[in-house]
Amino acid sequence: MSVSDFLSKVALHKEYNAFIQIDEIDLNKRFENICDGPLKGELVAVKDNICVEGLNLTCASKMLDGFKVPYSATVIQKLEKAGAIIAGKTNLDEFAMGSSNEFSYFGPAFNSVDKSRVAGGSSGGSTVAVGCGLVDYALGSDTGGSVRQPASFNGVVGLKPSYGRVSRYGLVAFASSFDQIGPITKTVEQSAKILGVIAGHDPLDATSMDVPVPDYVANLKRPASEFTIGIPKEYFGEGIQPEVEEAVRKTIINMETAGAKIIEVSLPHTEYGIAVYYIISSAEASSNLARYDGVRYGFRGSDESMDEMFRQTRAKGFGSEVKRRIMLGTYVLSSGYYDSFYGQAQKVRRIIKEDYLNVFKKVDAIITPTTPTTAFKSGEKLTDPMAMYLNDIYTVSANLVGIPAMSLPVGNDKNGLPIGCQIMAPSFKEETIFQLGTLIEGFQK
Amino acid sequence: MTKISREEVLHIAKLARLDLSEQEVETYSEQLSDILGYVKQLQKVDTNGVQPLTHVYDQVNHLRSDTNRKSLNVKSAVQNAPDTDGTYFKVPQVIKD
Repeated sequence: MSVSDFLSKVALHKEYNAFIQIDEIDLNKRFENICDGPLKGELVAVKDNICVEGLNLTCASKMLDGFKVPYSATVIQKLEKAGAIIAGKTNLDEFAMGSSNEFSYFGPAFNSVDKSRVAGGSSGGSTVAVGCGLVDYALGSDTGGSVRQPASFNGVVGLKPSYGRVSRYGLVAFASSFDQIGPITKTVEQSAKILGVIAGHDPLDATSMDVPVPDYVANLKRPASEFTIGIPKEYFGEGIQPEVEEAVRKTIINMETAGAKIIEVSLPHTEYGIAVYYIISSAEASSNLARYDGVRYGFRGSDESMDEMFRQTRAKGFGSEVKRRIMLGTYVLSSGYYDSFYGQAQKVRRIIKEDYLNVFKKVDAIITPTTPTTAFKSGEKLTDPMAMYLNDIYTVSANLVGIPAMSLPVGNDKNGLPIGCQIMAPSFKEETIFQLGTLIEGFQK
Repeated sequence: MTKISREEVLHIAKLARLDLSEQEVETYSEQLSDILGYVKQLQKVDTNGVQPLTHVYDQVNHLRSDTNRKSLNVKSAVQNAPDTDGTYFKVPQVIKD
């Protein structure tokens, strides 16, 4: 693809609002300076909470509108060295907080399959850019499902790697015990290829783990008969759309027919996942977002006095969902509530982790739906935060436990909307996910 | 369900250094009550003897050697500041004359 081909494609899909920034001059320079490597000449869109030197970074917030990035994230440096071309910055829910991409200062991104539906979030723009075929791949970030849920809604492949698998140097922090950067692609093989490039230890990220990166692409094929797969009964409960359950069950039957051993397992504390997630992630967010004070970068709301500057900057610079989470996070950390909310959530988080570790003694992977329903209508959950949060019920556990998880398309509902199937594996076993994903892709043909 | 009062909302907003409009105080009082009512279900879980999880892996700190390395230069560091004299960040006067 040339610069002009790309730009005219983007112009044709303008109403999807997938991109926040594309800089033609910058893009021309990037096309002239392509490195030799496994991703040579491939276009990658980047969620606008990841630093790319030469482009602005907004986090889809008024707070950072116009922020000039002084350095590139480690993942960006690795992609460029492998020959990829950074196409531009994509839309998201403000500071990656949201499940629909409707909480963006630059307006919502819309679903690539049905424009009247939400893109999903928070990495909505990245998944729409891949879904519409504007780029070869995209990067997103996943804190509670922000790569997998929109991937599911747009019929593409989205991976949340293990905690510590990919460097977060240059990713704007939201909830530091959960955040991971992950690839959004059309195929499982592409996902394996991108992860192989961006994974690995980075001394600039103290949470990145020094674990060898296997050759994912060379090991994609493994017979189904070598796997034992767990199906957690708690993931097929109340509130699931029947067509979603049907498509995922069909995938499991196909897997069994192909020779895999399927066993029912129990993750008994699944129902507490959302509560644990929203307490801890909001607490971490309220702390991480304390840095937006009008002093060092971004928007300043007042010059009256120091305290007035802090309060006005944050009142005018943050949108409604971000404020809601800062309020929730501050509440659960405040004196008198810390033990019963934050402390208790940390303990239940450990219980949930133990549930998973126990199940992984018996199985190589777990298969579930990615979301209870297909993409919902724009505006449907906008005024009901609890309804929006419950959409993450199947995705948050992987972040709570730190394990890798992928969503990949396994069919459509009667309205033609994509259905996503989720594969989870033990930490640093992304290889297993890619192998099972490759088998599942084979069933779709 | 416990309702989060207007006073509590204002107290939390003060801790978080957020100025809220009248409308926001009302909305957040309702929505936070709703969310906290939901997350309260965690108090049903028996966590006796369970250690809080602060990190998903049982790892120790990664320490690097204490050597000089390149960092941002001053010009790049202050370029995004709302107010600067080119070297320092400028803020409203803290101690009044």
